[in-house]
Amino acid sequence: MSGPAPWRLSAREVAAAVRDGSLSPGDAADAGFAGPGARFEGEVHALLASDASARKAAAARVPRDGVLAGVPVLLKDNLCTVDHPTTCGSRILEGWRSPYDATVVRRLREAGAVVVGKGNMDEFAMGSSTEWSAFGPTRNPYDPSRVPGGSSGGPAAAVAYGLVPVALGSDTGGSVRQPAAFCGVYGLKPTYGRLSRYGLVAFGSSLDQVGVFARHVGDVAEVYRAVAGSDPFDASMLEGPAPDVSGWAAGVRGLRFGWPANLWREGVDGAIVAALERAASWLERAGATRVPFEFLPGAFAVAAYYLLATAEASSNLARFDGVRYGLRMRSDELATLYTRTRGAGFGPEVRRRILLGTYALSAGYHDAFYLKAQRARTRIAHEYAAAFARCDWMLMPVTPSLPFRLGEKTADPLAMYLSDVFTIGANLAGIPGLSVPMGLEASGLPVSVQLVGPADAEPVLLRAARALEAEGDERNIPPGHEKEFAWPGKR
Amino acid sequence: MAIDRAEAARIAELARLDLPESELDRVAAQLSQVLDFVARLDELDLEGLEPTAFAPPHAALRADLPDGRTLEPGAATASAPEAEFGYFIVPPVVENLEP
Repeated sequence: MSGPAPWRLSAREVAAAVRDGSLSPGDAADAGFAGPGARFEGEVHALLASDASARKAAAARVPRDGVLAGVPVLLKDNLCTVDHPTTCGSRILEGWRSPYDATVVRRLREAGAVVVGKGNMDEFAMGSSTEWSAFGPTRNPYDPSRVPGGSSGGPAAAVAYGLVPVALGSDTGGSVRQPAAFCGVYGLKPTYGRLSRYGLVAFGSSLDQVGVFARHVGDVAEVYRAVAGSDPFDASMLEGPAPDVSGWAAGVRGLRFGWPANLWREGVDGAIVAALERAASWLERAGATRVPFEFLPGAFAVAAYYLLATAEASSNLARFDGVRYGLRMRSDELATLYTRTRGAGFGPEVRRRILLGTYALSAGYHDAFYLKAQRARTRIAHEYAAAFARCDWMLMPVTPSLPFRLGEKTADPLAMYLSDVFTIGANLAGIPGLSVPMGLEASGLPVSVQLVGPADAEPVLLRAARALEAEGDERNIPPGHEKEFAWPGKR
Repeated sequence: MAIDRAEAARIAELARLDLPESELDRVAAQLSQVLDFVARLDELDLEGLEPTAFAPPHAALRADLPDGRTLEPGAATASAPEAEFGYFIVPPVVENLEP
């Protein structure tokens, strides 16, 4: 085919080219691995596994008439796949192969997508920098001395440097939105219960949600549409069909966005505050109205989250005991087999969270910690409900800072936890959030803003994100064209 | 809320997690730091609020109805560290009792 190299295309452009026969799924899947992609991967380390023969086999059998025909996708390594190992970034699952595909993976394949590999992550999705992967960190493609965010750092980085146009991650406290912000791509955490968690290795079951990475708003909508919807294998899914996101380019005229400026009055990087002002002016240019109000500071959500998520994790990760999967440290005695396997197989952050969760659930402390955090969760959900009585979505930061340096926060768990101060609330309330890239700031690092809406507000969030993609005026993106992505380096 | 070395060791035992002696002090300090931070929940007015286990609008989970699809034992045990004849192998858990 003529025109731009396939790795530069959006997912919808790839699918259109595959459907009209001008691009083969195999060439589309290989494109990101050749040329500049190979150079970036050597430095960035977004991939944990990529089996070229599995990729070739998958490309050979995808339906060429699907909405995602031939679209290469990368999956966070906590999504189960039959054709690649699923390690969750942990030694305890090293080399483990799932006997089944996650529901969202099966739906991607049915829509024509080609799974090209598995993306690096903080071990069991616990972390905000991808430095807690047992298989080495991922680096930020815009500045390799900095982190890509986490825990879905591999998928976010891979979308940014052009390995794939779209990827799936998981978001328990910000693990899609925060790396999306650090890597300058879109990152959607959908409403809890809209994407199946079957085959997503559980961390905090009441908080976990599969999320979407892309370089273009329309691609987020297309992937959401392909994977959302009820699944008999996930008992926590909402009834009825997922909201229709096909109107993602319909504009925001007449809508209202919340502006909780007290949240960034202090402790937020100036470049992010400037991006929020710019975003607000673009939304106003597109016809939306700004509604200022005060909102509950995110530190309370962080406090509740680190009790609830760790409690759920301590229970969920009890299954990794050296019996059914992965690593086993041998012993003649069963209890010792458990303790030795778990001590050797889990890394420091996972151990820390299991211990914290075990403590929060233990006799004598349950009411003081776990129950109180659950009641705080109710309070936080009420705060969002009150806000959404006044606006259609809220505009707020994704993170307090731009991408930080490797090693900057690993010795201080609490400082790492606080990098999720603006994302955790949406998980507690079960509502959707979308990280929207706002270009590169002066030093060349991506800067982003977040849109948060009530349950099932994905269509509105995508419309607002599109208004920002078009800088407030749809005429800035000619019909049939995509906005040029702010590629890292000299791409 | 301070967790000391002995408490850290007790929690590790509850969690079935080997924690090296050399790490106990550091882990205890880190857990204490996080617990100090979460104490700020006391500043929130939670009067009359019920606990939330799942986010609203989840009033209830749907019925858990099996649809018939299941894994063959061989597939379930294929990636186990030790398995034989479709069973997971573990060390003996029942002692031989005197007749």
